Amino acid sequence: MTSEELHQVAERKREQNAWLTAEARVCTGTGCLSMRSDQLATALQQALEASGKADRCRVKRVGCIGLCAAGPLVSIAPDGTLYQKVQPGDAPPIAASLGEHPVERLRLPPDLPFFARQQRIVLSHCGAIDPADVRDYIAAGGYSALARALTQMTPAEVIKEVADSGLRGRGGAGYPTGLKWTTVAKAGNNARYVICNGDEGDPGAFMDRSIMEGDPHRIIEGMIIGGYAVGARKGYIYVRAECPLPIERLSRALREARRMRLLGSGIFDTAFDFDVEVRVGAGAYVCGEETALIASIEGGRGTPRPRPPYPADYGLWGQPTLINNVETFANIPPIIEQGGAWYAAFGTSGSPGTKVFSLAGQVRNTGLIEVPMGTTLREIIFDIGGGMLEGRSFKAVQTGGPSGGCIPAEHLDTPVEYERLHALGSIVGSGGMIVMDDTTCMVDAARFFMEFCKDESCGKCIPCRVGTTQMHELLTRFVERTAEPRDLQLLEELCDVTRHTSLCGLGQAAPNPVLSTLRYFREEYTERMAVAEAAPA
Amino acid sequence: MLPRTSAGPAEIDDRWRAVQDTMRRNGFRGDALIETLHTVQNVYGYLEEDALIRVADALNVARSRVHGVATFYHFFHLKPNGKHVCTVCTGTACHIQGGQALLDHVADRHKLMPGETAAARDLTLLTVRCIGACALAPVVTVDGDILGHASAHALDGRLDEVIAT
Repeated sequence: MTSEELHQVAERKREQNAWLTAEARVCTGTGCLSMRSDQLATALQQALEASGKADRCRVKRVGCIGLCAAGPLVSIAPDGTLYQKVQPGDAPPIAASLGEHPVERLRLPPDLPFFARQQRIVLSHCGAIDPADVRDYIAAGGYSALARALTQMTPAEVIKEVADSGLRGRGGAGYPTGLKWTTVAKAGNNARYVICNGDEGDPGAFMDRSIMEGDPHRIIEGMIIGGYAVGARKGYIYVRAECPLPIERLSRALREARRMRLLGSGIFDTAFDFDVEVRVGAGAYVCGEETALIASIEGGRGTPRPRPPYPADYGLWGQPTLINNVETFANIPPIIEQGGAWYAAFGTSGSPGTKVFSLAGQVRNTGLIEVPMGTTLREIIFDIGGGMLEGRSFKAVQTGGPSGGCIPAEHLDTPVEYERLHALGSIVGSGGMIVMDDTTCMVDAARFFMEFCKDESCGKCIPCRVGTTQMHELLTRFVERTAEPRDLQLLEELCDVTRHTSLCGLGQAAPNPVLSTLRYFREEYTERMAVAEAAPA
Repeated sequence: MLPRTSAGPAEIDDRWRAVQDTMRRNGFRGDALIETLHTVQNVYGYLEEDALIRVADALNVARSRVHGVATFYHFFHLKPNGKHVCTVCTGTACHIQGGQALLDHVADRHKLMPGETAAARDLTLLTVRCIGACALAPVVTVDGDILGHASAHALDGRLDEVIAT
């Protein structure tokens, strides 16, 4: 496959689409799929054939359109009409409406803030292309960034573009991606590996799985570019076992890519060889931590290792390894295509670019969104998110999963960026955002997260193994209203010890929900004490 | 030296063949262990002890290590599940939308603790920490099918339907 041939594949696919006057795109992300959107797509196809429009209209199964609360969703191209809560019985009227007047009772308002306020870079193809068809990806411009990188740029130039973009790791740590790539590229003359961390384990987060389901080739392309930049020959995508759909879509995409010679030896007729394999996890949150993930790929228990040495120097099988999150890799093709400076113009100077968030909890518009960094929490929850559910009032938003914190109403105007959320005692994390209302007990929420950390602790180091257990026990006393002032003191001490002495991020961040709820909702702890807390001396 | 209680001459059945295929595809390397255990669980329904011993021998990995890996990960189970599996998601979004109440309801109705199987009704009750369908909270899966915005009533209906078949 040469660049010219890639161009021809794209052209041929676009020509095949030229006969189309309208296309009904049915969302087949996990959420809509669980509401039988697959049957809906079949019903729509049958309705098209019955109405005689199948020669100029077609049904396409696409990835997550985003507004999961209104699913199953169907979007109509090219006019952009969006239908909500579509059932198979709605297929005949929708088929009849294609190319004519929309079906008003199903239609979502055309300029909903939910869509209008988003900036979809990572999700630009999700909801538009068929994730099971590589030609659809190519026709939308896919793999041209890879062609450009391999045939017109040196590895150093690729790394420079990524560094100029200011992209920071989207898995949660926010480490500068360009710096990581530079470090791996410089590490000795050994075999190198690329790993894509698809072990999205934060409860409440479904960004990565949606990207894997809706645009798997984007991730593959990003990984190959990464491999070229650091001098690797082999890549692994580590996916949770609990997610069969991403595994299936990625595996299929890899087979297609190999068939088209976009993976394998001599990619784009250059000397560069690269292949990717899917590795399935087995249900361990700790395997989202990079060294534990590596231990898992090596066939062992998912226990982390002390760092340094970092994977960039000593990673998979002791070799220099580039490990990045799904969303981080998904940002690479547009950065190479349009330039690092283009990307850096979005977001803020400290946190350039956009971020994908999964909005869940007691908010109206639950679903998947992508906004520039620097968008405020208020805009995300009340404009894009549509505000609280009927009759509920806002209490806090939990960001960053079990490693994050709860942010109360007084800070809603905070721009979402790495340093600002950190100053509030939370983190951006992988992008999960859970909106909590006035019926939520914050002590219960803190205990819930601690129970999670306790169950997921790998058991290797004492501060985490014992610390999470003891903190959970203490939090239970507060929930059951049997706590005493010294329990509060002990809880705070344990938070400190666990944070500073645990081996890996799981233990180090486990106290965060407790610390953040103590900071903003201390009275919920003190009113649950059997004996009142003494006034500070 | 402890006697090596081998699993005996391997009965070549289709299930074991599938496991061998996985190991062969990975060159019988030790790092193929987790992939291999997935195949064992897929074809045998659970991590059958006999199969684990054979895997250890085939991959030249200590049995203790195989056991250590098998028991580390939540996804693997060393006992068979019932004919039907009901999994309640206990992730954050599901928790604040009433997931715990759903779990209690099923546990109560079918007299099961999470992780247990009711032999009479051949139903296993499990929990999982987030399957990533958070916008549909609370979520329950019944035999792999996702039931979003689950209510006790709807869940009862689905379980009764599935158990009756």
